[in-house]
Amino acid sequence: MAPTTSSATTSTSSTITLHVNGEKYTLPVDHRTTLLDALRERLDLTGTKKGCDQGQCGACTVLLDGRRAVSCLQLAVAAEGREITTIEGVADGERLHPVQQAFLDLDGYQCGYCTPGQICSALAVIEEHAAGWPSAVTADVRPEAGVPQLTPEEIRERMSGNLCRCGAYVSIVQAVARAAQSSDTRSSDTRSSETKEAAA
Amino acid sequence: MTGTTTTTTTTATTAATATFGAVGAAHTRVEGVAKVTGAARYAGEVPYPELAHGWLVLSTVARGRIRAVESAPVLAMPGVVAVLHHENAPRLNGDYTNAFGVPDPIAQIFQHDRVPFVGWPVALVVAETPEQAREAAEALVVEYDEEPHDVVFAAGLPGVYAPESAPAAQKGDLEVELAASAVVVDAEYSTPEEHHNPMEPHAAIARWDGGRLEVVDSNQGSRFVADELAKLFSLDPQSVRVRSEHVGGGFGSKGTRPHSVAAAMAATVLQRPVRVVLTRRQMFSLVGYRSPTAQRVRLGADADGRLRAFDHRAECLTSTVYEFVERAAEFGRAMYDSDAHYSQTRVVPLDVPTPSWMRAPGEAPGSFALESALDELAEKCGLDPIALRARNEPAVGPVSGLPFSGRNLLACFEEGASRFGWADRDPRPGVRREGRWLLGTGTAASTFPVLSAPSTAAVTAEPDGTFTVRITASDIGTGARTALTLIAADALEVAPERIRMRIADSDFGFAMIAGGSMGTRSWAWAIRVAADELRERLALGGGIPPEGITARSDTSQAVGALEQKERHSFGAQFAEVAVDVTSGEVRVRRMLGIFAAGRIVNPLTARGQFVGGMVWGLSMALHEEAHRDRASGGHVGADLAGYHFSAHADVPDIEADWVDDPDPGDPVGIKGIGEIGVVGAAAAIANAVWHATGVRHRNLPIRPDRVLLAGAGGDRDA
Repeated sequence: MAPTTSSATTSTSSTITLHVNGEKYTLPVDHRTTLLDALRERLDLTGTKKGCDQGQCGACTVLLDGRRAVSCLQLAVAAEGREITTIEGVADGERLHPVQQAFLDLDGYQCGYCTPGQICSALAVIEEHAAGWPSAVTADVRPEAGVPQLTPEEIRERMSGNLCRCGAYVSIVQAVARAAQSSDTRSSDTRSSETKEAAA
Repeated sequence: MTGTTTTTTTTATTAATATFGAVGAAHTRVEGVAKVTGAARYAGEVPYPELAHGWLVLSTVARGRIRAVESAPVLAMPGVVAVLHHENAPRLNGDYTNAFGVPDPIAQIFQHDRVPFVGWPVALVVAETPEQAREAAEALVVEYDEEPHDVVFAAGLPGVYAPESAPAAQKGDLEVELAASAVVVDAEYSTPEEHHNPMEPHAAIARWDGGRLEVVDSNQGSRFVADELAKLFSLDPQSVRVRSEHVGGGFGSKGTRPHSVAAAMAATVLQRPVRVVLTRRQMFSLVGYRSPTAQRVRLGADADGRLRAFDHRAECLTSTVYEFVERAAEFGRAMYDSDAHYSQTRVVPLDVPTPSWMRAPGEAPGSFALESALDELAEKCGLDPIALRARNEPAVGPVSGLPFSGRNLLACFEEGASRFGWADRDPRPGVRREGRWLLGTGTAASTFPVLSAPSTAAVTAEPDGTFTVRITASDIGTGARTALTLIAADALEVAPERIRMRIADSDFGFAMIAGGSMGTRSWAWAIRVAADELRERLALGGGIPPEGITARSDTSQAVGALEQKERHSFGAQFAEVAVDVTSGEVRVRRMLGIFAAGRIVNPLTARGQFVGGMVWGLSMALHEEAHRDRASGGHVGADLAGYHFSAHADVPDIEADWVDDPDPGDPVGIKGIGEIGVVGAAAAIANAVWHATGVRHRNLPIRPDRVLLAGAGGDRDA
């Protein structure tokens, strides 16, 4: 909750503390400020992109308490106390996360502007799938059916909130599939920095 | 330009031992890590102290005059520092030409009270924070004297005319040949208004620094924009610098647009850095779009499919303030031989924003109509669509009479047919069913002109054994930065890791923009010339001074001396679709594109260019369509929900590959690959929909309601 004792709190602004990528940031914000603008304009975390500012493109996708959310539809004051992960917090220092490595190796992007959102969504897709969440294209949604296979069709359906105007979808789906496979065979927080040969 | 500073004073110049042959092998993008970690900064993301935020206010009427801009109440709002409009804005010089001729006046903002369309810039509100600027801009009251408007496009409007900028092509006697033809196709096609919608909205930060106007901008050619800003503001060209390190897509929309002019204007008035970012909605009227087209194709052939008559007429729209022609009728001029040929695009001015280049301008809608008509002709002749195209291969340019520099269209069809399994295809429409789906396959041809434009480059041998290349190239997602790195590495005979590729800075000199599929070809040419000269100088021996040794190139003369030929890329597109005629749903199940596009520099990124273009074709075939409201003159649903382009779930596995396409007589050997993937893709899908259902869909997009109304079976039109 927003602190009520801060001298910076007025009818139009409050001082809030955001937890982003394991760091704490305390800052006064205009109540109208979206989480997206707070990240980009106030914390200089410009990796989260603004493609439409109205929840239609997915470029601003971040993880809120581990789940994906479009940060343009979230007010900064409402994100207080939540664990926020942005693209800047995905790699382990210099070591890319397997999802990032797969995007790089398989050319899962072109202009790169939707890429942070695609990667944050992909992280969540892999988690959601592993947790057994069905999608609109899952054939059998009964709990006893178990975890559906993460087929290309499943990946496409689950990633459809993230638009890419360059049309890099084919290689994005390949990258998500490769990263999901590698996370199947590792513990979920193991990072990989291995350089794979660029697949044709 | 001097080399980077170094502590070493001299080094041996015999560097060139390692890997050649970087060109042709797959390389991940040199800026790839920056893009996947969020470190790559785009234009609106460079922080400056004292940055002020500009928000554009656009007209809400389609035609009229501004009666009043009530800025006083807005200036009293918190944080607002300025409201610029036609009564107080600095005067701009609109009397100039750019590389493409007289410029679109959309860049000459706030110079008069006339409103020519909904979404014309009428004011800029500048405030201390984005929230304050947005609220004030939305609160600004602008009063208009409205006049009647007309925004409805259709074929045969009274104001349509034949533009001098797009002359007709004519050969033989069309009517005589049509009358003598055993088989005639005469059909009308239409394509809707389409918008680029790059993921990164146009953004610019402008500031004055040491007597220079410094602009960080999202554009497709920083020198082009710098020169245009200098002309608009009557500045010495040397006093304007524009940079665009990373650009979040362009597709033709990112030239000199109101955002950068507004930022420069406000920075000049306020003498502090100002940022202007367009909203997604504003992009629908400020950055160009593809005009809708209405087309008629008449093909006359002998019974064996040989063309006697070729007639392609297209109409498009433009605004009342500028003539832009979507040259849809010109697509076939280098494609098919015929005894008589006529092709012409006409244009009608309406009270709408000015259209502009959009990925494969002219070719995208033109190829939909012509390549659909070819399919109809094949059906009428009882010929395979590929055999029909083979029968009409020209020996020389069908209209120009010039020789081809190379023409590998049939090689593309052969390779594609074999991989796609075309030989097993039953030509009968509407006979394959799989559950609720009717299945079909279709094909179409692609082509795109191979052009080059003068460019300059500088290549510096550094004392540490590396090389720095400076060129005002632009990487809007094409992979140009990486491709040019490989080209420079091979030209210098060093490993790519030793090349530092610096691009997108107008201080590097004039160079082609990222457009017309000409960028990489034109830039590579300039880099090679400079690299060759540098190698000659290094071969003389001696040390490298701290500032490095720099060789420069200018390809103006060489480009001008290029022999006149028909120079084109070619391709063959294949698509398989499933159509549910009870829901109207069309699903593309797979696509294959085989291209002949010169030497492929980087297979990894080239595949992305081809496939991305094909996704555009799919999107054009099934999804994209902007709706304009007749009463208000503005758009309905001008956002990414109302304007749907293909999302993940719409796009199947799409395969693109290429055949050898050497051109020994060409000084570069590289052809453009950014646009040809779009060309013919929509026709291949429409032809597949006919093969599935027996219904010809001649109006794009092939929406569920159109499929539903058309039904299935028989030889029907939609």
